[in-house]
Amino acid sequence: MGHGDGRAHFYVMDYFAQQFINGISLGAIYGLIAIGYTMVYGIIGMINFAHGEIYMIGAFIALMVMVAFGIGEGGLVIVALLSALLVSMALTSLYGWVLERVAYRPLRGSQRLAALISAIGMSIALQNYVQLTQGARVKTLPPIIQGGFEFQFGDTDFIVRLSALQIMIVLVTIALMAVFALLIARTALGRAQRACQQDQSMAALLGVNVDRTISLTFVMGAALASVAGLMVTLYYGVIDFFVGFIAGIKAFTAAVLGGIGSIPGAMLGGLLIGFTEAMWSGYFSIEYKDVATFSILVIVLIFLPTGILGTPEVEKV
Amino acid sequence: MNPSALLQVEHLTMRFGGLVAVDDVSFSVAQGAIHALIGPNGAGKTTVFNCLTGFYKPSVGRITLNSPESQATFLLEQMDDFRIVRDARVVRTFQNIRTFPKMSVLENLMVAQHNHLMRASGWTFLGLIGAPSFRHAEAASVERAEYWIDRTGLAEYADSEAGALPYGEQRRLEIARAMCCDPVLLCLDEPAAGLNPSETEQLSELIGYIRDHHHISVLLIEHDMSMVMGVSDHIVVLDYGQKIAEGTPEEVRNDPAVVQAYLGSDDDETDNAADTTT
Amino acid sequence: MRPPFASPLLRDAVLVAGIAGVLAFPFVGLLLTTQGTAPTLSTRFPEFAGAVVLIFFGRLGISAARRGHSLFPIVLGIAMATVGAFSLLFETTGMAADSAAPWHAFVPGTFLATVASAGGVAIAVVAGRNHLLRDSVPVAQKPLPMKQLLLWTGIALAGVAIVLPLLPAVDRRLIDVATLVLTYVMLGWGLNIVVGLAGLLDLGYVAFYAVGAYSYALLSVTFGWSFWVCLPLAGALAALFGILLGFPVLRLRGDYLAIVTLGFGEMIRIILLNWYDFTNGPDGISNIGRPSFFGFQFAAKPAEGTESFHTLFGIAYDPVHRLIFLYYLILALALLTNAFTLRIRRLPVGRAWEALREDEIACRSLGVNPRNTKLSAFAIGAMFAGFAGSFFATRQGFVSPESFTFIESAILVAIVVLGGMGSQIGVAVAAIILVGLPEYFRELQEYRMLAFGMGMVLIMLWRPGGLLTHREPTIRTRPQPASA
Repeated sequence: MGHGDGRAHFYVMDYFAQQFINGISLGAIYGLIAIGYTMVYGIIGMINFAHGEIYMIGAFIALMVMVAFGIGEGGLVIVALLSALLVSMALTSLYGWVLERVAYRPLRGSQRLAALISAIGMSIALQNYVQLTQGARVKTLPPIIQGGFEFQFGDTDFIVRLSALQIMIVLVTIALMAVFALLIARTALGRAQRACQQDQSMAALLGVNVDRTISLTFVMGAALASVAGLMVTLYYGVIDFFVGFIAGIKAFTAAVLGGIGSIPGAMLGGLLIGFTEAMWSGYFSIEYKDVATFSILVIVLIFLPTGILGTPEVEKV
Repeated sequence: MNPSALLQVEHLTMRFGGLVAVDDVSFSVAQGAIHALIGPNGAGKTTVFNCLTGFYKPSVGRITLNSPESQATFLLEQMDDFRIVRDARVVRTFQNIRTFPKMSVLENLMVAQHNHLMRASGWTFLGLIGAPSFRHAEAASVERAEYWIDRTGLAEYADSEAGALPYGEQRRLEIARAMCCDPVLLCLDEPAAGLNPSETEQLSELIGYIRDHHHISVLLIEHDMSMVMGVSDHIVVLDYGQKIAEGTPEEVRNDPAVVQAYLGSDDDETDNAADTTT
Repeated sequence: MRPPFASPLLRDAVLVAGIAGVLAFPFVGLLLTTQGTAPTLSTRFPEFAGAVVLIFFGRLGISAARRGHSLFPIVLGIAMATVGAFSLLFETTGMAADSAAPWHAFVPGTFLATVASAGGVAIAVVAGRNHLLRDSVPVAQKPLPMKQLLLWTGIALAGVAIVLPLLPAVDRRLIDVATLVLTYVMLGWGLNIVVGLAGLLDLGYVAFYAVGAYSYALLSVTFGWSFWVCLPLAGALAALFGILLGFPVLRLRGDYLAIVTLGFGEMIRIILLNWYDFTNGPDGISNIGRPSFFGFQFAAKPAEGTESFHTLFGIAYDPVHRLIFLYYLILALALLTNAFTLRIRRLPVGRAWEALREDEIACRSLGVNPRNTKLSAFAIGAMFAGFAGSFFATRQGFVSPESFTFIESAILVAIVVLGGMGSQIGVAVAAIILVGLPEYFRELQEYRMLAFGMGMVLIMLWRPGGLLTHREPTIRTRPQPASA
């Protein structure tokens, strides 16, 4: 390389800092999707396999709204973004609500696999519905939030970039998390959710509307997933009908890693997964980054089955 | 402690986080006798069972089983649950019934003879080719199962799904299934729960029959005091995880600590205990 | 005059069509395209309006039929079917382009037209059946002799499968589809051991299929070994993989196990995709050895010093011989899987699997070693996937990672669960419905997976326990009394 020891050291640090920043932004997105998995699993004990598709639908709707506002043609960026956020959240929530109502609620109380199969069926159907109606080719969005900060440590030529978009992703995530934590901790809905998580029949006896609570859980999960969809569209600028599948699995991994049922856990798990993926891609091989994620999933489940922030479960005999 | 006892529990302690469910409990079970473990709800009885049968690993304590046939000694607290059944032959039933609901009664009892039949089927290979030795072993197992089906009065249900049986029959099925494991110690967790008086009477007879004709020791958790007092040779009383009394039914009945423990609680056992005291 | 049932039904149909309209608007009513790098948005309002109208009438018809009305849904169904059929005719004959037929605007597109006609017929049939059954006195139903019924269904299915290639009306395409269906039947039976009997939800079963296919492909290409030598090796390797992957994860509970096996399946695919030196990456492995009829090749001109199948029997060379041979090969493999499963169900290990599915804690309380029992199910299931994998490789002559995606695992789990968890005939029927029907209607290729996904949901909603839920005990105390 021809550089001195000190400079090489700076280079290493810079590279690490860059991967770190990338990892955090990616992790925030995974975390938002993971909350949907963790809440649904917590309350009805099933993997909502179609949640990744809900996120994909959120991304599509957000992109459509932005295009409708003339993004890339000098439209009002802030108005477009806010509209995209609100419309996508509203429509995607409706998708989440209908999904539960149509495909899961009639199967509550049947064998456990029935709901999972129905969820897999829904996942396949939604994927193909979007592929059929919108085509299989990727949809692109030119970068619309530009600018940011650049750092340079020492006198290397490596520049660490922290884009405005990345800052926005992290800020939006933190804000949503805060609102969400308040919602769960302080409102009647949050109490109802926690009650249903503990014991559904008891909650029903105490006057909690279990059906409504479960519906709202799906609605909230879908709304958060749609925000993640919007941010991914902005971040990568490319989406297609298949983005939900792998993102869904990673987000589920994040939920398990953080401790299924725990919302802070989902966020923490998301960050860890995003971070691992960025580091793995940065230092090892980008082809195997998904293998890295799955390996984490396996290792966590074997050695820490309740996740990092999950409550240990005593086997009922 | 009695070194010739079948089962010896010494200083058994089980903690869940900060909660001490079982606190330094010691007792022993004699060969060929019926012992009962009683106490108010939440006294830690089922936790003791779970430690005995390997479903929990105790925090402290030693559980020794002296096998009457092979003279071997097993330290149960160090063994996996299924090894305790297979090697030490301590078999349990469950408070909330756990049959294999979609399998027939006979199939339930065949599963209980799994290890024996696996060996006979040459780990499946002899079974696949239909070796005569396996067929004989299977026929013998069916015979054994039919014996216990008759003993527990399940003959008319033998080929029905276990899950479709009436409640009392499911309880008896669990006992029959446990007996098919060929136990040296049979642990029954509230076998009379939900049974009517005549069914409870039959159950007492069955437990006595198991002791008298098969020389198997029984350890019993039960809330039905008249049944416990009638059938047991020896009673251990737990309260808040600690042993507060032990002895023959007569001794326990007159023990002031026991009366205190039961009268101090608002359970219906209070009435039962009071009834039997008078 | 207003029919008395109209108002609640109408309100319901308006509500459903309204919600569906809101949901469908962005995807059906709008179209995103990318020109260069700039995304553009165009509208498709006629299609959207058509879809909403269709949903409205469909819902109206379904709820009317459900509530026991007959005349109205029959008329509505026939009307829908007629409009749909006309529309379909226009679309497919290309008349739509130069026609201004008014109904074309109502049901645009082949898909909507197909749904309209099929849905209309279904509504009319259901309503008609309700009407016919309404006046009939319910007879006390005798319980069907399920055991005999299933036995004869099985024999009939096997009989049809055996004579199928010899029937005069059967062409190459049907044999091809039947071979594919049989591959799924075999895989379904293999997975049935894991999911249906042992109750272990394996969403990565395709990994073992891939191991079998690649084992055969590599052994055949590298060493030139024949199919019959490689078949057991491929099965053994797949079983070994089953044990290696199963060992660390089999103590996990249901859904967790599902997601971990899914992860394993994807990991294997990613490795196959990226390990160029070994697997040739996405390009796959080609020129895999074709199976021979006990050493006699299926070739017009056999290699020097060998004899060909057609010369052996003194018949003219026909490429269909190989297809028929492949068909019988997979039929034999599938029947072997079936015979094995039926037999092992009656052995102690088979009963332990089912007991484990019913209640793992109770199993442990009876001395059943849960880990070994699960591992044996996992390994045996994997072995059959390995056999099927080598058949796949030899049939295609080519393997690539593309054939082993998650969707294959999902289809297989769907086959097992829809079939009824443990029912062998159920698996076969489900495979025919889920794989055979869509494959045979290639015209609707585009809509295949959409229909497949929706079919999975609908069948689950219709029969949450699966198609065939009857379970015959594996052993009986005494001969069954003659059924009266």
